[in-house]
Amino acid sequence: MKPDQLLYPTPKGLYCEAGGFYIDPVAPVDRALITHGHSDHARAGHGHVLATEETLDIMAIRYGADFAGSRQVATLGEVMTINGVTVHFHPAGHVLGSAQIAVETGPTRIVVSGDYKRRRDPTCLPFEPVSCDVFITEATFGLPVFRHPADTGEVAKLMTSLAQFPERAHLVGAYSLGKAQRVIRLIRETGYDAPIYIHGALQRLCDFYVERGIDLGPLEPATLASGGKRSFAGAIVVGPPSAFADRWARRFADPLPIFASGWMLVRQRAKQRGVELPMIISDHCDWDELIATIEGIRPGEVWVTHGREEALVRWCALQGLPAKPLHLVGYEDEGGEA
Amino acid sequence: MKAFAALLDRLVLTPQRNAKITLLTDYFRATPDPDRGYALAAIAGTLTLKTVKPALLRELVLERMDEVLFRYSYDYVGDLAETIALVWQAPEDMRANRSPPLGEVIDALQAAGRTEVRSLVRTLLDRLDASERFAFLKLVTGGFRIGVSARLARQALADFGGVDAMEIETLWHGLDPPYVALFEWLEGKADKPEPESRTIFHPVMLAHPVEDRDLAGILPTDYAAEWKWDGIRIQLSANGGNRRLYSRSGDDISHAFPDIVEAAAFEGVIDGELLIGTASRAGGTTRSFSDLQQRLNRKAVSKAMLTEYPAFVRAYDLLFDGNEDVRAESFLARRARLAAVIEQLPSDRFDLSPLVPFDSWDELERLRADPPDPVIEGVMIKGLQTSYLPGRVKGPWFKWKRNPHTVDAVMMYAQRGHGKRSSYYSDFTFGVWTQAEGRDVLVPVGKAYFGFTDEELEVLDRFVRNNTVERFGPVRSVLAEPDKGFVLEVAFEGIARSSRHKSGVAMRFPRIARLRQDKLPREADRLDTLLAMID
Ligand SMILES: [Zn+2]
Ligand SMILES: [Zn+2]
Repeated sequence: MKPDQLLYPTPKGLYCEAGGFYIDPVAPVDRALITHGHSDHARAGHGHVLATEETLDIMAIRYGADFAGSRQVATLGEVMTINGVTVHFHPAGHVLGSAQIAVETGPTRIVVSGDYKRRRDPTCLPFEPVSCDVFITEATFGLPVFRHPADTGEVAKLMTSLAQFPERAHLVGAYSLGKAQRVIRLIRETGYDAPIYIHGALQRLCDFYVERGIDLGPLEPATLASGGKRSFAGAIVVGPPSAFADRWARRFADPLPIFASGWMLVRQRAKQRGVELPMIISDHCDWDELIATIEGIRPGEVWVTHGREEALVRWCALQGLPAKPLHLVGYEDEGGEA
Repeated sequence: MKAFAALLDRLVLTPQRNAKITLLTDYFRATPDPDRGYALAAIAGTLTLKTVKPALLRELVLERMDEVLFRYSYDYVGDLAETIALVWQAPEDMRANRSPPLGEVIDALQAAGRTEVRSLVRTLLDRLDASERFAFLKLVTGGFRIGVSARLARQALADFGGVDAMEIETLWHGLDPPYVALFEWLEGKADKPEPESRTIFHPVMLAHPVEDRDLAGILPTDYAAEWKWDGIRIQLSANGGNRRLYSRSGDDISHAFPDIVEAAAFEGVIDGELLIGTASRAGGTTRSFSDLQQRLNRKAVSKAMLTEYPAFVRAYDLLFDGNEDVRAESFLARRARLAAVIEQLPSDRFDLSPLVPFDSWDELERLRADPPDPVIEGVMIKGLQTSYLPGRVKGPWFKWKRNPHTVDAVMMYAQRGHGKRSSYYSDFTFGVWTQAEGRDVLVPVGKAYFGFTDEELEVLDRFVRNNTVERFGPVRSVLAEPDKGFVLEVAFEGIARSSRHKSGVAMRFPRIARLRQDKLPREADRLDTLLAMID
């Protein structure tokens, strides 16, 4: 079977006709395989969901226990068969529970990477390269301008600022699944052991990470009850970025707005959002990681999806590697959980 | 270069003045000479560097990069220096190198001959990291804008050394980058530097605004009055062939007014108002502030500019008469000396600010309310016997401005503020009514982000959140219909024609004077009213 008959884009998402399933469908379907728990990939209302145990747990936390008709745990590395199509899951290094999904019939293997990165992340398993005929890669940061610096340096900026501005509450905007926990963990790795205050929207996912053995240190709710206006001076507060434009942010006396995101590399982006201290920390590959991954896997063909497809397709063309953009709709490449 | 780049990255995104000062003083403390002095010069605009043309940078980057990928990158980032800083890829073996300190980069640039610039820039880009490359490229392309004025930088120096900002301002123009002697003094390691004193900037004497009871406590016979002209305050120094024109904050603006500098054939230091037009001694008239704006903030002045917008000085005080420091003398004595100096100068370029005779404060108030020239914005009241005291001392000098103009306008857009106000909609675009295609529409005429109290801000913010029509990033458009919307009383200092604004007018210093919840948008003012206020 040709690769583009095995998997092809439909309005509901990437579809495997032979297996009768979708991968990360954006609308309710009978059978869904889900790469990870971010809300644009994992949606509620499917008939049957196959995903890693962590991803299933995260969906239950986000959507309630009845998020799907039935569910099935995919164990990493285990080979399964769905209507004669072989599938197996491998770590993607994106967030806790994130997986790439390999789909194969006969000699043809396609790897759907989902979202992935290659950097060390203390909160999830590292990306595992899987050889394949077609590698479907994301391109969220698929432009040569995106070269994310080492995250230790970014966390050091926060620590320096805490010492420089002990009178200000340091509000760190970080998406609630993955980024927030990783940032907290990275802060702990510097030896910072004071309580970190979190927005209510992060509570259950942080609890889940802790249950899974990731030590986030003392966390306290960032409520006024936790000690009046002044007590947030010099404290680190982590919350979803949207909350900082909200009335919620008014409880902090002299907030210093920070945003942990790969987008913060571009100064104008930071400026537009009113961010004073950008922390360039990404859960996606930067340009060099994308290229190193493709060079390492050496697939027969590359399909590029959400993000800046054209630059990566151009780069593949320069290497003599067949590549095409795969136009999938419904995934957020900006303002979403990047 | 690392510390300098990190400082710039923070300064660019830090809106609060005090936070900027903290960043600067911490940098001065942690950075050795000459780097900190060069950084100071770069920020304060006193560093002269060889510039590198954008075309050369483009060529350098394309030596190593596919043109199409570069174009995609540039399209996305939108700023050439930033794009190159980000996409630049150093060869493996260059990356481990120690990054050069700022002073070394500047020395290398200054020393390089024309033919060496290309390879020097390439090598430097290889040796710097992305954030350093950005700082470096902004320096050499002259696109250095970080929202820190020379004045703020001097305030940071004063805080750093625990001295008065006035002391720094006095010294500033007598010193050159990298300011090693200045830093040594500020750190207590050396005596205060003593530059040659006459062409340096001397802190100016400032007036206090007249408040409620001020005039009741003083006698009209002890004071002289002058018109307050709507120009800019300047200090003009001439010492032999060495002439300098400073703004009131001590910035050297000589380059923008070669006509004044050329005409300044005297010895001493004059305090006065810079205006456009022809001095009264030559029978000329004084033109508006918007004409003056044509000349301000220009690096190079064209011949046409000089002819169309000639500048002159309306002098009102004398600090040095020749070599003699006369600041301790009385107002009347200084004025007599000043009159003699002005008499010698070209009559079209210099006149003496006339005194306004008056017998009582009531009489002066009547004169103030109805001045004989539209470019007058109030009166100055100066103690006859007082000496020239730098800074804003209450008592010897008062300024009594004409009441500001006000209009009722309708809130059209609101934008979130910065820092403390980042969770509030606190920047407002307002408009007035005009006819378009046979019906009344609102046309934006200005933006204001202060003038209201914290309680009023709560009211404004609530209105924005509850009446949002559309969102554009941090900006929201709000309900603004004849019978639904929010009327703001806007006060402003002046109004001028402007081709850059859709409405054709631009306000000076607009601020929100009052919230007019008692009014409906249909009762707000019309554009015609504003046009009629243009003087
Ligand atoms: Zn994701
Ligand atoms: Zn995604």
